[in-house]
Amino acid sequence: MLERGDVKHAAQLTSAPAAETEPRPLPAYLRLVRDPKVVCAGGFILFLVVLAIGAPLIAPQDPLAQNLLNATLPPVGFADAAPGFLLGTDGLGRDVLSRVIYGSRVSLTVAFVAAGLACLIGSLLGLMAGYLGAATDAMISRLVDVWMAFPPVLLSILLIAVIGTGLHSVIIAIVVIDWTRFCRVVRTETMNQAQMDYVVAARTIGFSRPATLFREILPNVVPVLIALLTLEMGIAVVVEAILSFVGLSVSSDTPTWGGMIAEGRQIVHEAWWVLAVPLAALFATVVAFNQLGDGLARSLDPVLRR
Amino acid sequence: MTAPRLAIEALSAISLRANNAPILRRVSLAVDTGEVHGLVGESGAGKSTIAKAILGIIPSQVKITGGRIIFEGRDLLSLSANELRAILGRDIALVPQDPSTALNPSRRIDAQMTDGLRLKRGLSRKAARLRARALLTEVQIRDPERVLSCYPHQLSGGMRQRVLIAAAFALEPKLVIADEPTTALDVTVQKQILRLIRALQERHGTSVLFVSHDLGVVAKICDRVSVLYMGKMVEQGRTADILQNPRHAYTKALLAANPRYDRPDTGLEPTSPEVIVALRAEIAAFDAGSSTGEARDG
Repeated sequence: MLERGDVKHAAQLTSAPAAETEPRPLPAYLRLVRDPKVVCAGGFILFLVVLAIGAPLIAPQDPLAQNLLNATLPPVGFADAAPGFLLGTDGLGRDVLSRVIYGSRVSLTVAFVAAGLACLIGSLLGLMAGYLGAATDAMISRLVDVWMAFPPVLLSILLIAVIGTGLHSVIIAIVVIDWTRFCRVVRTETMNQAQMDYVVAARTIGFSRPATLFREILPNVVPVLIALLTLEMGIAVVVEAILSFVGLSVSSDTPTWGGMIAEGRQIVHEAWWVLAVPLAALFATVVAFNQLGDGLARSLDPVLRR
Repeated sequence: MTAPRLAIEALSAISLRANNAPILRRVSLAVDTGEVHGLVGESGAGKSTIAKAILGIIPSQVKITGGRIIFEGRDLLSLSANELRAILGRDIALVPQDPSTALNPSRRIDAQMTDGLRLKRGLSRKAARLRARALLTEVQIRDPERVLSCYPHQLSGGMRQRVLIAAAFALEPKLVIADEPTTALDVTVQKQILRLIRALQERHGTSVLFVSHDLGVVAKICDRVSVLYMGKMVEQGRTADILQNPRHAYTKALLAANPRYDRPDTGLEPTSPEVIVALRAEIAAFDAGSSTGEARDG
């Protein structure tokens, strides 16, 4: 038995050694800045965002101005290049650089808006399925199963055929198809977290179920969510390029990378740069989104990060 | 004599998974004001089910079939979710078993410790943080400021358990349920934690229901002990009495099973088959008796 007097004595003995805690953690922004993946990929995305927003100021030429006398001029550095057209011109004499810069507007809008909406809808349903109990879970999960049984490309083409082409149609198509991805992942992660004692502990403090879900569980799902979100942004960029490649995206007087690739494909033997430049832009953007997602997931996870 | 702080009366529960097998068989126990009451038994004896029933977090495959849990004159089992939520945290708090999963890995210690203070006491963020700081000092944490700004994975298991104890005592609850609070810790840390619980409990006059499978731990901290076997209360009494003069064969077996460093050759024998047979017979007789009893009642 522990004696009463012993307790006071014990109090002095039980002081924790200072070595039990590690040094104060770095603030989140510093940790992110230290990760080269996040810095490089994030820097590139930021650069793209600046290009897209400032396109009218940055682009050297009018992206729509045609001049058949200047058609298929090669990029600067090759024979017959013209100094005003840094990356050459396409079959109609339009400046490729300016068109790629303007094309980033559509790509980034779709990336952020479509992926963001898919994330919002998918994760809300996923959180509900993972936490609210077997009946809700069964309903949402069956819905996802049925949804995923449709071939995605067919579904998007069908959808656009019904609601018409345009930027918002592309966004809707991507959201309608890809929310299931978020739903599945978030549901599983929510279920894992809901098993943890800290969730029970939160309930015993007297947290309501919604408060437990959003204050305790959600923060632990966020790292996975952010990784998935940036991956999804890369996917959205590709899907938009595919849809504009087949002419189902925005109208043809707006430059898009997919549209440029389609045009470049026809004249690839005379002017390879018309194909190569938007392709490179697309490639770099998707890689940057993927790397950013990977880096962010690692930096934001409280257990993995060091 | 005043009414006990917590009275469990003839609590029965069955498992819906395992063919409605009984988990608790009319268990009664009382925790007095300012008392540390040990609840002992092997795994599956129903200790945790009792703790969960008090906290209203019974898993869906377990069903309470009878009995009452009286806390301050109210039956916790009959309260609505909202009424129970008002009591939990403020009057009844939990020190959980595993400090590695009981803290949210993505929230800093200060955020987690101030939850209850802000939710139940309506303290401002700043006031709650000051209180949390004082609480950490009370559980012998030397540099509370640093611990408050840490994430759980940056603390050792012992430190985390201290934080959890501080959080449990934060709102000066009347009853603390300690669910095997030292099981996941190594022996030296175990001792510190036990002292800490005892010290806080004495300072605040808190009642503690101390759930454990370890009679050695119970002997150190509890005033009274209830021994549970297969959901049935087999023996109840003052710790010293039970440890020195166990009346029930199962308690004797449990005591003999406790490893002792001064008798390294003992304590590894399994509980003798006669004891187990006798116990099963006792429980079967009890089940038969109580089912006819219930039939008569109905």
